[in-house]
Amino acid sequence: MNITQLTVRYGAFTAVDDVSLDIPPGGAVGLVGESGSGKSTLARALVGLAPVSAGTITGIPVGHAQMVFQDPYHSLDPRLTVGASVAEGIRLPRGERATEVARLLDLVTLDAAVASRYPRELSGGQRQRVAIARALGARPELLVADEITSALDVSVQGAILNLIRDLRARLGLAVLFISHNLAVVRYVADVIAVMHNGRLVEVGPTDEVINHPREDYTRTLMAAVPGIGDGL
Amino acid sequence: MRRLRSSPAGLAGLLLVTAFVVLAVIGPPLWATDAARIDAAKILQGTSPGHPLGTDTLGRDILARVLVAGRLSLLLAVAATLIGTVVGIPLGALPAVLPRRAGRFVVGLIGSLVAFPGLLLAMFTTIVLGLGARGAVFGIGLAAAPAVARLTHTLTASVAGSDYVAAARMLRVPRRRVLLRHILPNVAEPLILNITMILGSSLLGLAGLSFLGLGVQAPEYDWGRMLSEGLSRVYVHPEVALAPAVAIMAAGIGFHLLGESMARIAARESRHAPTGPAAPAPPVDVPADTPSAALELRGLTVTFPGGARPVRDVSLSVNPGEIVGIVGESGSGKSLTALAVGGLVPYPGVVTTARLALAGQEVNRLSRAARRRLLGTALAMVFQDPMSSLNPALTVGSQLAEVPIVHEGLSRRASWTRAVNRLRQVRIPDPDRRSRQRPHQFSGGMRQRAVIAMGLMGTPKLLIADEPTTALDVTVQRQVLELLAEVTVRTDAGVLFISHDMAVVSQICHRVVVMYAGRVVEELPVQDLPEPAHPYTRALVACLPDMRTDRDRPLATIPGRPPSPVDAESTGGCAFASRCGFATPLCVTERPPLKEHGAGRRLACWYPRSGPVREETP
Ligand SMILES: Nc1ncnc2c1ncn2[C@@H]1O[C@H](COP(=O)(O)OP(=O)(O)O)[C@@H](O)[C@H]1O
Ligand code: SF4
Ligand SMILES: [Mg+2]
Repeated sequence: MNITQLTVRYGAFTAVDDVSLDIPPGGAVGLVGESGSGKSTLARALVGLAPVSAGTITGIPVGHAQMVFQDPYHSLDPRLTVGASVAEGIRLPRGERATEVARLLDLVTLDAAVASRYPRELSGGQRQRVAIARALGARPELLVADEITSALDVSVQGAILNLIRDLRARLGLAVLFISHNLAVVRYVADVIAVMHNGRLVEVGPTDEVINHPREDYTRTLMAAVPGIGDGL
Repeated sequence: MRRLRSSPAGLAGLLLVTAFVVLAVIGPPLWATDAARIDAAKILQGTSPGHPLGTDTLGRDILARVLVAGRLSLLLAVAATLIGTVVGIPLGALPAVLPRRAGRFVVGLIGSLVAFPGLLLAMFTTIVLGLGARGAVFGIGLAAAPAVARLTHTLTASVAGSDYVAAARMLRVPRRRVLLRHILPNVAEPLILNITMILGSSLLGLAGLSFLGLGVQAPEYDWGRMLSEGLSRVYVHPEVALAPAVAIMAAGIGFHLLGESMARIAARESRHAPTGPAAPAPPVDVPADTPSAALELRGLTVTFPGGARPVRDVSLSVNPGEIVGIVGESGSGKSLTALAVGGLVPYPGVVTTARLALAGQEVNRLSRAARRRLLGTALAMVFQDPMSSLNPALTVGSQLAEVPIVHEGLSRRASWTRAVNRLRQVRIPDPDRRSRQRPHQFSGGMRQRAVIAMGLMGTPKLLIADEPTTALDVTVQRQVLELLAEVTVRTDAGVLFISHDMAVVSQICHRVVVMYAGRVVEELPVQDLPEPAHPYTRALVACLPDMRTDRDRPLATIPGRPPSPVDAESTGGCAFASRCGFATPLCVTERPPLKEHGAGRRLACWYPRSGPVREETP
């Protein structure tokens, strides 16, 4: 996907300001920045959920980029079974849907029996897997993951991060992985893009950005990552 | 249903509505003959043994007629409500399916219709459609429609903005299908609750029209018509007007109470997080130099009916100036432990302790008033959602200033000065101006600082912070953590810091208490955190990516889920056994006791591990 000079405005406020970014097929780009920096707005624009004021998005047709949301407690319809939610994006004859739902649930390492359950019966991590399975049902080329672990326990976060890496490897999926935590992005992405006040301030290969950050803002983000034994 | 019966208003509504429905069913078959019997000898009488509420112009019994009229009154109200919903719901749902522009037009139309006086609209419709029950039903129904439409629109708009509808749009589910599958079902419940109230209003409205002579016409009769007939005689025989008036009011009130109580219960059930007010902390009646612990907790257990025991036998202490962390996955009992210390465990939880001492005073041995004063003065609490501690309607400054005004009798001016000072201390920029703003004008990080500032308005001995930075991003989180650390040093208060994130805890705490399934499984000084002994603690440390994590290997994970509080109660052995890679049959049958494990450490595990976590292969 090629994003060229993308701008998203809400009235007089510019949430995304002249952003250009390439996401190669099968590549993983990490997007970091503090809250309010415009990460979510950029993500929503890529999947057609936010109005594009200027610029272009090319390379991936509408519907072939799918997004997973931050809060798995609000991103599943409480009145639909897991199976019905996952089936929403599937474009197959009726008879083949149940098998496809089972395949998708298996991809996210959930038991096929989960299909008949309701979201309220699942843990946060399980719900987030269901949301990922639903997105995969549309056979996307790009998966946009917007802070998908920040509403989860850290003990569950690791499993979701492993899953994202695993899906990339197995499906050749491109991923735009958004987080405010640089350690998490570093683990998932090959390329890191740093966003600040609606603009991309630094883009580069993960190791380069981490080991030789060019911007002070990137260094601030790195310093804020909590690590065991680091102290304040 | 059970909750409905436990609230007085709900119970009253339920009883009234049930009585009303029963009356509508049994009224006509039982009393229709009495109600129709004409008796020329007993015209226009007052109360008498044969006619407790008197008779009408044809000598018919008024009590019987009131009882019989219930059915018509109810049926008409139901019909009117039906019309109101059949017109209002589609109208309110339209903006969700129409193109943006047309949608906005419909919203505007609904807005202006709602502003139009309902009864006037009803009377107008009735006159156009012709007098009589049919016209009145249409009139009242159409008058109710705009309110139904607006409610439908508000509810639809909120569901339409949800992430699951965004997901459906992304998956290109057709608009009509989104409406039928997602929006309508999720809107239905609150809508039905409101329709109950609309039933009550329709009943009143219809009675009004009949009273004015626009509604039900002779020979048929409803309560409204009876009221109008009775009213001309009210100076001679007030009882003949009273009966229909009471019936109308009781039915109207009944439906309103029922609808409102149901709505309140539904709203309560959709919220789940326990919240509580921040306890402010002014001067203390404990001498400041008492060398006692800020918090001493022994044998804390929280039980809920049904055998769930989410906190079991928890003991811990916090010294002045010390930050103690409680870590564990969601549901491990961290928050309930905090709430129990503050006396805030929600009903019907039962708290028992062997000792709960705050700043050296045993809380359970104090009188009710003394306990409230101790909790109010020596304890401050900060929650994940700062808005649970702030009143959105008041300026931040006035909420802070309130504390010393109430507890110290300080003047308004002096309190305000202190509030601005505290805001400055928690590094709110331009505190003078900010103190005059309301909470919603603050960012999330600033709100959390304001809550901490509120805790500092007095001199707290213990500050409990429950996931205070979980809703914040890492940059702001760091600032709040630095602030907490600084506050601890300056005030010498003890801090109980609760988080699911081991890394955050390791940054700020001096000592860490790890909880699993309601119990303390390990306690250790923070410098030992890279080498914990309990397999669960080690897993919590290992699953955390940091800036040094090997990117070529999968992250360590903890398989499975923590047991539910009920299951944890029934397992006799170690609650972690089903997820533990080192479990043996001993672990399954016998629970390891919490014991000393080297200097300043406690542990509950049969097979302690040693060495740094990071070098272990996952
Ligand atoms: N629908 C909207 N209308 C107006 N402003 C918006 C809207 N959506 C987002 N914004 C603003 O855009 C900015 C960027 O927000 P967001 O993309 O959510 O940032 P992030 O994901 O980095 O937290 C914020 O200041 C936010 O208030
Ligand atoms: S007691 Fe046994 S099951 Fe429990 S943590 Fe220790 S080794 Fe694992
Ligand atoms: Mg965001």
